[in-house]
Amino acid sequence: MTAEPLLKVENLKKHFPVRGGILGKEVGSVKAVEGVSFTVHKGETLGIVGESGCGKSTTGRMLLRLIEPTDGKVYFEGQDVTTLSTSEMRKLRRDMQMVFQDPFASLNPRHTVEKILEEPLKVHGIGTPKERKQKVRELLEIVGLSSYHAKRYPHQFSGGQRQRIGIARALMTRPKLIIADEPVSALDVSIQSQVLNLMQDLQKEFQLTYIVIAHDLGVVRHISDRVGVMYLGKMAELADSERLYENPLHPYTQALLSAVPIPDPLFEKESVVLEGDIPSPSNPPSGCTFHTRCPFKMDVCAQKVPELREHESGHYVACHLYTENGSAASQNTQVLEEGKHE
Amino acid sequence: MNTQEKVLDVKGLKVSFFTDDGEVPAVDDIDFYVRKGEVLGIVGESGCGKSVTSLSVMGLIPSPPGKIVGGSIKLNDEELTKASEKRMRQIRGNDIAMIFQEPMTSLNPLFTIGNQLMDSMLIHKKGNKREAKKRAIDMLKLVGLPRAEELMNDYPHQLSGGMRQRVMIAMAMVCDPKLLIADEPTTALDVTIQAQILKLMKRLNVELNTAIMLITHDLGVVAETCERIVVMYAGKVVETGASIDIFKDPQHPYTRGLIQSVPDMRYKKQRLYSIPGNVPKPGSIKTGCRFADRCEFAFDRCRQEDPPLYHTAEGRSTRCFLFDEKEGAAHDSRATVES
Ligand SMILES: Nc1ncnc2c1ncn2[C@@H]1O[C@H](COP(=O)(O)OP(=O)(O)OP(=O)(O)O)[C@@H](O)[C@H]1O
Ligand SMILES: Nc1ncnc2c1ncn2[C@@H]1O[C@H](COP(=O)(O)OP(=O)(O)O)[C@@H](O)[C@H]1O
Ligand code: SF4
Ligand code: SF4
Ligand SMILES: [Mg+2]
Ligand SMILES: [Mg+2]
Repeated sequence: MTAEPLLKVENLKKHFPVRGGILGKEVGSVKAVEGVSFTVHKGETLGIVGESGCGKSTTGRMLLRLIEPTDGKVYFEGQDVTTLSTSEMRKLRRDMQMVFQDPFASLNPRHTVEKILEEPLKVHGIGTPKERKQKVRELLEIVGLSSYHAKRYPHQFSGGQRQRIGIARALMTRPKLIIADEPVSALDVSIQSQVLNLMQDLQKEFQLTYIVIAHDLGVVRHISDRVGVMYLGKMAELADSERLYENPLHPYTQALLSAVPIPDPLFEKESVVLEGDIPSPSNPPSGCTFHTRCPFKMDVCAQKVPELREHESGHYVACHLYTENGSAASQNTQVLEEGKHE
Repeated sequence: MNTQEKVLDVKGLKVSFFTDDGEVPAVDDIDFYVRKGEVLGIVGESGCGKSVTSLSVMGLIPSPPGKIVGGSIKLNDEELTKASEKRMRQIRGNDIAMIFQEPMTSLNPLFTIGNQLMDSMLIHKKGNKREAKKRAIDMLKLVGLPRAEELMNDYPHQLSGGMRQRVMIAMAMVCDPKLLIADEPTTALDVTIQAQILKLMKRLNVELNTAIMLITHDLGVVAETCERIVVMYAGKVVETGASIDIFKDPQHPYTRGLIQSVPDMRYKKQRLYSIPGNVPKPGSIKTGCRFADRCEFAFDRCRQEDPPLYHTAEGRSTRCFLFDEKEGAAHDSRATVES
């Protein structure tokens, strides 16, 4: 794609301090996100997958500065978000909204649905009280609830309905970008597909751009145009959804995909069962952080950090197998443009 | 099949909770059995009664408010619903063992792994302390934990989620149970760790011939691990059969809808099928088929009468009126439990 991306993320990092001792001195840090770069184009859905603790949520929250980045840049429509003042940032959140995993925890139990949905409009000074109430009713219908639900409280709804409320709240300000962090993982299977279909319908209707963070690889394939795979705070691979699932290059992606149970007892899959646990992000392995579990580990892997490079057009991978260091050295490797430091 | 081959035989089980809102029938007249050495999957969405079923088998229904109000649970030929608490304590951990979704809730944070493993053997008088220690270490090795001797002295919080679940499995297997009940054993785990645990459970099933009752909401997990499946919906068994048959040709409209709702990682569907409506609360539907409000095939009779389980094919039954007219369909739900 040639058009200016809606969102451009450059070398984003978050190190959480680890404090210890009676004085609470900083004794180390958790490298939750360790130099992540990607772009998101208007109207597309970027999926981010990875296992627990790999930094998906931290990445998502940094884009909105709900967590302050330690380093790196986030450009939204060309504007550097990381240098905005608090009030400028608040204004920008009109265009960038978030949907959370646990619809219950993210909705104030003491407020009616009407009050919850009106809140973002009030914050941004949109409309008169009457117009706002009208808009609340409109959006309730759009997400598949009824306007009479406006006077109810969150606990009076099922999990799926609460997630519809969460989505309606994110849509109130008519944002351009929605970051959805595990939007369906708390829902029952039969309700998950309702919410995924709703998200796809809304995307068409409101020309939304999505970043969908999820650990369920089936859900991510279903909803995403492009997918990034994270491991220990880094992007291991990034490609078109079809290409990533059909032809995964990174050994971690290959193992991750093969670990997913397939709902078909007759399907014979090649399964690469990875040994060992995910290392701690406070003490990540040297070189390629996956080398402690990688079945293709080479000498270079423990020493040198593999950069995320474009292996084929639009298919990025961070693995020495695809560099001159590796056996499958490829000709056409280019440093990922977004990853470069000026 | 003769009854000898069934480790567990549940018939007409009814479990209710007596709350301020009245009687909540969490499990409402369910039949199923587990054969010796097989892996049976119980699938269903949250609140359909999976955990209540497994807790009933273990004799662990919190009472009050819960109570087994009808039916029978037979372990080999022993009736468990009539067993004394003393007898149930002998059975638990010894004949039947259970592992839960969140290992941390069933491991005691104050005791070492070794202590907890040995305790259950000593309670059930499986040898002296030295023998218990040796078996504990052997079990930790069996479930694939590295440095088993050192682990004996570790506390649960020092282990990762996957390691804790392995310890739970070691603890469950230590007295060589005939039946292992695993209630969402991998739901809290990452997919690469889940793959390790499922592989381990299958291995133990084959090597030790332990029957496993695997409870999960994940259709992928059942398809990969279970030979036979029981599908539950709103406190009822709606379909049972061989895993291969059910996935190839689901009969009950709920099972069909559920299978079609899951995004398949192997290919991209343009649009997912979705079952309309919400999962009902137990007891909220008093008459008729529990699925009628969400069923695209519902007809008048579905709202008036409760469909029985129809025996639909060899080893298969389905609770749906659509199977009523079929040749030789048995109308009595009792007749569907093959014997
Ligand atoms: N406020 C914090 N202080 C210290 N460490 C943190 C904090 N928030 C997150 N972390 C750590 O940062 C790492 C990444 O966390 P993050 O929540 O982004 O993971 P995730 O990929 O979203 O995982 P999950 O799939 O479990 O939601 C983890 O190791 C986590 O423990
Ligand atoms: N201690 C309890 N008190 C009251 N109701 C309960 C209790 N335990 C379970 N239930 C009810 O029984 C139903 C079945 O629960 P459960 O077996 O835990 O479902 P699941 O299939 O998700 O494991 C639920 O609707 C739940 O609300
Ligand atoms: S860089 Fe080496 S260790 Fe890392 S994924 Fe590639 S082959 Fe494996
Ligand atoms: S009995 Fe009727 S409502 Fe129930 S599943 Fe069958 S067709 Fe649908
Ligand atoms: Mg997260
Ligand atoms: Mg349960």
